[in-house]
Amino acid sequence: MLAKTLRNPLFWLCLIGLALTSVLPLWVSGYILGLLTVAYYFGVFSMAWDLLFGFAGEVNFGPTFLIGLGAYTAGILNGHGIGIPLCLLAGTVAAVIGGLVLALPALRVRGPYFGLTTVVAVLILQNLIVVFADTTGGEIGLTVPDVISIDAATNYWIALGFMGVSGLVLYAIAVSPVGLILQASGQDPVEAGALGFNVAKHKLAAFCVSAVFSGLAGALFVFYMGTASVGTLIDVSVGVQVIIGAVLGGRRTIVGGVLGAVFLIAAGELLRPLGSLSTFVVSAAALAVILFVPAGLLGILTRQGRHA
Amino acid sequence: MTAIQILIDGFAISALYALGATGFTLIFGVSGVLNLSHGALMVTAAVVAWAASSELGLGSYAGAAAGIVVCTALTLATYGVVVRPIDKSRAIPPEEKEIFILTGTLLWGIMIQEFIAYLFTSNAKTVMPIVEGVVTIAGVRTPWNQVFTAVVCWAVIGLLWLLVNRTRTGKVLLAASMNPRGVTLLGFELSQIYVAIWLIYGVLAGIAGVLLGQFLGVSSYSVGPLTASAFSIVVLGGLGSVSGSLIAAYVVGYLETLTAYLVSPAYRTIPALLLLVAVMYVRPQGLLGRR
Repeated sequence: MLAKTLRNPLFWLCLIGLALTSVLPLWVSGYILGLLTVAYYFGVFSMAWDLLFGFAGEVNFGPTFLIGLGAYTAGILNGHGIGIPLCLLAGTVAAVIGGLVLALPALRVRGPYFGLTTVVAVLILQNLIVVFADTTGGEIGLTVPDVISIDAATNYWIALGFMGVSGLVLYAIAVSPVGLILQASGQDPVEAGALGFNVAKHKLAAFCVSAVFSGLAGALFVFYMGTASVGTLIDVSVGVQVIIGAVLGGRRTIVGGVLGAVFLIAAGELLRPLGSLSTFVVSAAALAVILFVPAGLLGILTRQGRHA
Repeated sequence: MTAIQILIDGFAISALYALGATGFTLIFGVSGVLNLSHGALMVTAAVVAWAASSELGLGSYAGAAAGIVVCTALTLATYGVVVRPIDKSRAIPPEEKEIFILTGTLLWGIMIQEFIAYLFTSNAKTVMPIVEGVVTIAGVRTPWNQVFTAVVCWAVIGLLWLLVNRTRTGKVLLAASMNPRGVTLLGFELSQIYVAIWLIYGVLAGIAGVLLGQFLGVSSYSVGPLTASAFSIVVLGGLGSVSGSLIAAYVVGYLETLTAYLVSPAYRTIPALLLLVAVMYVRPQGLLGRR
């Protein structure tokens, strides 16, 4: 597998990309670094989503359920005086537990039914946060006492490193035999089952891995922002952004999610002068990509992307 | 007294939910498409009706008509611009068409939502009611408009039932939902059937949107929640089953009204969502759904 990876141009492309982006703090302003930091966290969200959709074939409309569980668990515990590392761990565990509960119906239903369950999970979480406003900060948002760092470059490097490691691990899973079984189960669950693979077990495992990275990324994101709110982390529209990022970047590519997320954040920022029309233009651009280049941005760059 | 009020309020809101979800379930039943821009279509109908009746001063009838016409046109555009190209695309593998249609219609819905917010701001708008005044039913003062909404919703659903079950066009539509290839073998053009069904869907969404705008008022923020509620009603009832979604609409409508009156309006939507999750665990295909 190692030899195969070393021969893959995509691997070298990513390595060069990482090397170039890691020296960015020497050149660009803190403002751009801040934008990219956010984009990198969204990149992890998108990559984790792609493992579930692109490989296991399950449309998770509620990535923000996992992200939100991780973020709010970490944030609330931190408010009770618990240190950042433990909070990150707790947030990850909470997301995995939540993911397991959410994935249980996934073992029985497919397609739109599963998609709906995940949307409903987001809506319930959203409602609960508003109802238990004393603990969660409700609609105003949760303020977290600790932050990882106030230095833009440090935060940037942490996000970049985290994204790099996440991408590597998720990609390794995706191209491993487990990833192939997932892909087979996603395309034809009956046949994959007939070949002797436990489809449900593999999908559950994929959901847990996706939850680990979503939850951890959500928790880290909270300690970067210093706050958590329904609108920035849990809202269905945030989930839509994660999904669009993954599809734009190129589904079944894992790393494509990063491209999509950076594109979305950058486009949203560049089009800010358009005011309320900026979201319109970004959505229209994303729709155009879906209609005309369904393989996504990475699909144009490299043919390997489609088979990765 | 509260009990009767809950009965009346719940009946009207449930009728509106039922009509709002009918077109959505019809499209899924016939062509297997889940249109996530559904809420945006309904909001468009309401906002256009509001703009024509109140802002341009055309009156409530012309306003309602304008809302329905624009909504129908936009629904046909949804089919022509988003759903059909994805369906016909050779670059998208068949097993992934579903997610592309979901993502595509979602983006389309966001575009409509943002465009409405740009043109008319995101403030809530209430459409000029067609009937005014109040009536006392069993001691409860009820706006005529609420009665009117319930009557129109049920009349439209009844007409749809007649159309599907008693006319030739309806029978072709029904046949297309069961066996699309068989229908083409009988010499019917499948694309024409799809256009017809999207046309009907547009009119249904338009009427539901205008009534919603009169009854509760809408803003561009309503787009997401409206799609979500239609989606959950349809899934609760069983995807593709019109009678299932009628029952589900009443279950959800009354559950929400009961919660709002007896507990607190803040918790309004929570019990219905929990019920939905419970149903998904026990009976994933919904109340009357086929697997």
